[in-house]
This record gives sequence, structure tokens and C-alpha cells, in this order.
Amino acid sequence: MATVSLEALRGPHGYLRAQTRWRRTEIAFWLATLLPFLLFPSYLQLASQIAITALFAVSLDLILGYAGIVSLGHAAFFGLGAYAAGLISKFGWGEPLSGLVLASTLAGVAGYGASVVVVRFRHLALIMITLGMGLLLHEAANSASWLTGGADGLQGVRIRPLLELFSFDLWGRAAYAYALLMLFLTFLVARRVINSPFGLSLRGIRENAVRMPALGAPSRAHVRKVYTIAAVMAGMAGALLAQTTSTVSLEVLSFQRSADVLVILILGGAGRLYGGILGAILYMVARDQFSGINPQYWYFWIGLLLIAVVLFLPNGILGGLGRAAAWWRRVSP
Amino acid sequence: MLGSFVGVLFDGFAYGMLLFLLSVGLSVTLGMMNFVNLAHCSFAMLGGYVTVTLMDRLGWPFFATLPVAFLAAAAASAALERALFRPLYRASDLDQCLLTIGIVFVSVAGAAYVYGTVQQPVQLPDYLRGAVTFGSLRFPVYRLFLIGAALVVTVVLVAALEHTRFGARVRAAVDNQRMARGLGIDVDGVFAVTFALGSGLAGLGGALAIEIVGLDPSFAFTYLIYVIIVVSVGGLASIGGSFVAATLLGISDMAGKYYVPQLGAFLIYLVMVGLLMWRPTGLFGRR
Amino acid sequence: MTTSGAGAAPVLSTRGLEKSFGSLVVAREISVAVPPGVRYALIGPNGAGKTTLVNLVTGMLRPDAGRIFLGEDDITSLPPSERVKRGLVRTFQINTLFPHLTALEAVTLAVCERRGHASTWWRGLPAYRDAVDEAYGILASLALGADCYQLTRALGYGQQRLLEIALALATRPKVLLLDEPAAGVPRGESPALFAAIAALSNDITVLFIEHDMDVVFRFASRIIVMVGGRVLVEGTPPEIAADARVREVYLGCTRHA
Repeated sequence: MATVSLEALRGPHGYLRAQTRWRRTEIAFWLATLLPFLLFPSYLQLASQIAITALFAVSLDLILGYAGIVSLGHAAFFGLGAYAAGLISKFGWGEPLSGLVLASTLAGVAGYGASVVVVRFRHLALIMITLGMGLLLHEAANSASWLTGGADGLQGVRIRPLLELFSFDLWGRAAYAYALLMLFLTFLVARRVINSPFGLSLRGIRENAVRMPALGAPSRAHVRKVYTIAAVMAGMAGALLAQTTSTVSLEVLSFQRSADVLVILILGGAGRLYGGILGAILYMVARDQFSGINPQYWYFWIGLLLIAVVLFLPNGILGGLGRAAAWWRRVSP
Repeated sequence: MLGSFVGVLFDGFAYGMLLFLLSVGLSVTLGMMNFVNLAHCSFAMLGGYVTVTLMDRLGWPFFATLPVAFLAAAAASAALERALFRPLYRASDLDQCLLTIGIVFVSVAGAAYVYGTVQQPVQLPDYLRGAVTFGSLRFPVYRLFLIGAALVVTVVLVAALEHTRFGARVRAAVDNQRMARGLGIDVDGVFAVTFALGSGLAGLGGALAIEIVGLDPSFAFTYLIYVIIVVSVGGLASIGGSFVAATLLGISDMAGKYYVPQLGAFLIYLVMVGLLMWRPTGLFGRR
Repeated sequence: MTTSGAGAAPVLSTRGLEKSFGSLVVAREISVAVPPGVRYALIGPNGAGKTTLVNLVTGMLRPDAGRIFLGEDDITSLPPSERVKRGLVRTFQINTLFPHLTALEAVTLAVCERRGHASTWWRGLPAYRDAVDEAYGILASLALGADCYQLTRALGYGQQRLLEIALALATRPKVLLLDEPAAGVPRGESPALFAAIAALSNDITVLFIEHDMDVVFRFASRIIVMVGGRVLVEGTPPEIAADARVREVYLGCTRHA
């Protein structure tokens, strides 16, 4: 009751501003992302992988967490970005920033094309069409080995140093700085998207897709737009991976990658923007710690985790933390 | 030329019958509860491993293992239905999908842990090996047997659905769940039994599949795609539809592998996406 | 028989609407003409086709035959969202709201959609002060001002019914179709709800489906009675009250029930 009267005191404008304001924990979090440079200099390669995965998860969050569009094939855009960035450099254009822009744009174009198809589907058919399109692209890349190198991966990826100054070496300083900066910039865009009128409409689609047309809302146009934005971001994540590791393998398009990012987002908490980032940190660190075990068995634990999250932690870790915090406020005077 | 054509047709039909056995259960349970069960082929895989284990380690004859494969898959699915699926009937598609993907992951890893990732061999009895020849045409006995088994299952299923009290309840629950409940039908109970029977059939299919497509832990995922295509083309809760769809898919997949092998699985995914686009709300979106 | 007695050109009209599902005919030859500004009640026993008519008019269902006009314009083939943009708006019998949006967010969403802000993704919502003011104004006019910061699912049932109407108002309707606006609301509270509806601007033509005859006769200026997918009779409340066929339908129903 106390919080309600506080909001009533602020009025509708104050209330909405408070919703979109930067919180102290957020600022602290972003400052903390700089710590690996000082504390874990030998883990910067891993840190850059985490930043890339987090970016990928944030892009999925926009369509799944906010607009409620389920996708089992989001790796398609990640993989397109990775192959595009790799091929651009292979054919002699090794400058990373322009390569990144080109690769993300290409993924965005593909995302728009896919969105035209995706908006026509709902429920099970939607799950199937995204799965099918992802598998189709994976098989296409596998078959077109003259272009992609097939199962052997793309050979001859050469990336010039960032700004002609910082090369992507084994230590990963440049890689982490580059990936972190892109994650942060993309995050700012995503944050703006979800706090905009458009973002509000996306949440409306998630909450009640049938009701939206009865409000005069062009739901399909909204979905096409957010799908395209998310595809650009996913493509950027893929391109970053290709550029910072100088390798592209078929795995970037695999179902496994689509499933992984879904697990990461669900684990962290969908529809919360930070859920994907938190999930990425936990997932990647755990996988690094358990890198000794066979990937087959890794998925045993992932499977168990999925079952547990669905049954017991419906809003992921962040949702669980939020509930715990609310409970704590209630019991402690 | 003609000989190879007939051969592809025959092999494709036998393969289609296998796909029918694998998918008919999912078709019925999806039609009834709209539950997105992506773990259907995990039950099929379980049936396959039961048969391999009984034959290889305990020396059972092939035929004796088949009922056990059926029962094991049915029992496992009944237990999972009770423990995990039932709380999620009214949950979102995403939750159902994630839970069942989780089960696929666990089952694949479990199979790899127990049996390794190698293909499991199956030693067929002598009378199922060899082939019947008609002039220049060869018809392998095992495939003839597979076709016969699938036809028997089809006839039994159709008869049971049309002419038994239980079948009538299943049809009522598929047709209109709310009304069926209103008439006092225990829809959850009917569903549980149907789910177990459907998974049992998948288990039987998994056991029969070893000789044709082999068995390794990736089975649970690879054949999921085929099963989904059959269900989406054949329609929900339609035995005839599943039969036709499985036949078409089996023959076209076999023809694709024979005539354009370089395309690999590309063709089949193309078929899936194309069919879904052709009927977007499709047979899935009936409700 | 079914044409309106009022002199003004109808704001909403249908001609010969037909709809059937298989052998079940749910709408036959429905021709109605709703003059502007009236409070119309649509009544009839269960299964009479009232909701079907609303679904046909708003484009949720496609008629097998017949035309629908909003003013002079033929809107028969327009998609639902386009009809909403032209001012033909409905609410639903069962609450179809946005459970995890606050009431303020939900109405702001509807206002932003109408004003064409909703495709803007590069500006924050607080920048649209006018839209937020308008949304808050609508909520306040329906006595939801104090509770508009709560999640929709935390609101009481009666408040959710009001929010349904608030969402519809945010689209600036010319014609508002209310499908049992008081469904599920305790009997004692429904007059308050209808008072809010009666207080709406006269620029808005209201057609509501309602079963409570006290409410219908208190708030409706004209009444349409439907039976078996047909319009049985149309007229003022006293005319309807005196109509022998209407009595027979309603008494017949109570006898079967």
C-alpha cells in the first residue's frame, strides 16, 4: 500500500520516468564489467565470449522476452553475421568495424525477410517454422562448402587490428574491449527500444496478441520491426565472434546454439534485459569450469536445468531474486 | 531404371511405415491436449535401446523384445506424464517446449553415457534376412515385415478408435475437450492412457527402426523433425492423415537420398518449411 | 421492421448479414441501422447470435453474405485493426487485458497506438507527455486514477471491466460495442458501471449486450431483440416491453431453463 501512495504522489509522469530511470545497481554492474581487465587478465578471452553471448541473448530477449515471439532458430542470424564477417575478411576486407556493420546489416535484411514469414505463425507452428528455418540454413551452409568450407569451417579469416592499433591476440584485451563496447552500445539501444512507445506495444503483443488489433494496433508490423532489430543484434554478435576468434565453423548456425541462447535467457530471466546477460555469465563460466567433461554430458545438466527452471523458477534467476526481495521487504519491518 | 524406381518406391514405403509408427501417437495426443511434446522420439529411442539390450546382453530373440520395447516406452512416458507434463497442460507453448527439450537433452546424454555414441547393431533372426525376388526386383524380407506390422497396427488403431468405448472417449476429447468434460469423461485420464499408448507405439517404432536407420543417441532429435513433418501434414489426431503423410514423406525422402544425395537433409527441411508456409495456421492452429 | 425510426443518417448499419458454421446458422439476414448518439441495447436469449453480430461487425468473423457500413463507407472487407482506426471499437465479454502491464501502461499503449507514436523506438515513453496525460485522464474519468499504477491482474474484477472500457475509449471510438460490460460484476455494482457508460460523451454511439433487464430498461434509449440468429424486433424500451413476441421469447426461455 505504501508504494502505491508514493506512486500516486509522483503522478503518471513521475511514475513512468521512475520506470525508465537508471538504477544504481545498473551503473554498478556496468562498471564491474571493466574489472576483468584488472582482476582476471588471463580470462579476457573468456570474458569476450561472455560479452558476445550476452549480446546474442539480449537480442533474443527483445523478441521472446518482450514481444513473446518464441524462436528455436535464432542462431540463423548469429551464424549469418559470423559467416558474413568471416567472408568479408576472407575476400580482403579485414577492417573490423566496417565488417561488423556490413555483417549486421546483412543479418538484419535476412531478419526482415524471416519476419515476413514468422508473423503469419503462432503457437506450435511458430516453434516449428523457426526451428525449420534454422535447420534449413544450417544444412545450406553445410552443402555450400565451396563458400563456407562446410564441416571443416571457413578458412582464411584475417582481421586487421582494431582502428589499426589493437590486434586481436591470444590475450584477448582488444577482443574483450571491442565485444564489451558493442554489448554496451547495443544494450543502450535495446534499453531505449523497450522504454519507448514501441516497446510498450511489444509488451502488449506478448501479454495479449489477440487484443492488439482491437486497439487498432498493427501487431504484424511491430513484430516485423522488432524481429529485424533483433536480427541485426544477433548478426553483430556472430560477427564479433568471427572477428575476435578469426574462425567460423558450422556450429554458429547449429540448433545447439539456438537452444543454448534460449537456455541462457530462460535461466537468467526473460523480459528483463539483464536476464540474458546474467544467464550468459553463469552459463559460460560454468562451461569453462567444467570444460573437462564431454559435451554430451554437459547437455545432461543443461536438460535437467531446463526442466527445473520451467517447473520451479518460471521467471528465471532475476525473477526469483525479485520475488525474494519482495518477500524480504514484507517480512522485515 | 524401372527397377531402381520400384526399389526406391518400395524402400520409401517401408520407411514411411516406420515414420507412421513413430508419429501416430504424437498426432493423437497433440490433437487432444495441444501439448507440445518435443520429447516424443526420446520414447522411441528408449524402445530401441531396450531391444538392443535384451538381444545383445540377455540373448533374447528379436520378436520377444518388441512387446517389452512397447511396454518400457509406455511406462516411461506414463511416469513422465504424471510427474512433469501434467502440471504444464495450461502453461505456455514455450514452457512446454523448453521442458520437453530438456527431456530430450537428458535422454540423449543418458543414452550416450550408457551406450556410447556408436551405432548399435541388431542381429536379426535368419527368417527376417534375405530378400524375395520377382524377376529383377528384390524385396528385402525385413521391409516386407515392417510394412505388414505397420498395416496391422493401423487396422487395430482405426478399429479401436471407431468401435470401442475408449476410442469414443478419445474422439470426444479430441473433438471438443470442454464438452467431453461436461459429459463426464475423465479427459485427463483418457489423455494419460492415450499418451502412454502413443509413446509405446513410438517405442515399438524405435525398436523396428534399428535395422533400417540405425540407433545412436542423436535418434531422439533427428527423427523428431520427421515426426513433426508427419503430424503437421497429416493433421492432428488423424490416423489416416498420418498414414498418408508418413508414406509421402518416406518415399520423397528416400527418392531425395537416392537421386540427389549431395543435398543431404536440406531437402527434407525445405519440405517442412514449405509445407508450413503453405498452411501457416495449418493443421496445428485448429484451435 | 428493423430500420431505425430516428431521422439521422445511421452511423453504423448492416445489410443482410449471414453467417453459419457448418449446418449451424448463427446469423440470418441481419439488417440494422444505428443512428448516432443513441444508447442501444442488444438483448436476446443465450445463443441468439448477439456476440456473433458484434464479431461480424468488428471483423473478428467474416460474414458469408451481406455488407457492413460505418457511416457511408463499406467496411465489410477491412481488417479489424483498420475498423478500429475508423472508430468502430469493441470490448469483450471475458476480460481480455494485459495482465502484466499496469493500467496506466495499458491505456497509454492504446493512446500511443491511436496517435501513431507506437512505431517510434528511439524515444522514451516519458517524452510523450500529452499521450500520458490523455491516458491518465481517461482512467481518472472512470475512477481508476488512484489504482492505475497497479498491474492489471492485481486489479479487482469490477476495475478490470472498467479498464476494458478505458482501453476502448483510448481509441476515440465513434461507435462503441460493449459485449456484456458488466459480465461477472456483482449485481450491486453493475449500475455504477452503467452510470459510467451513460456518462460517456454523446459523440459516442454505444451498443451494449446485456442480460439484466433492469439495467437495459434504465440505460438504453433503443433496444434490439435477437432470437436464433435473427433480429426479432427493434424499438424504444416501452415498445419492447409491450411486444408480445418478446414476452413469449423470454417466458419461453425461463420455462426451458
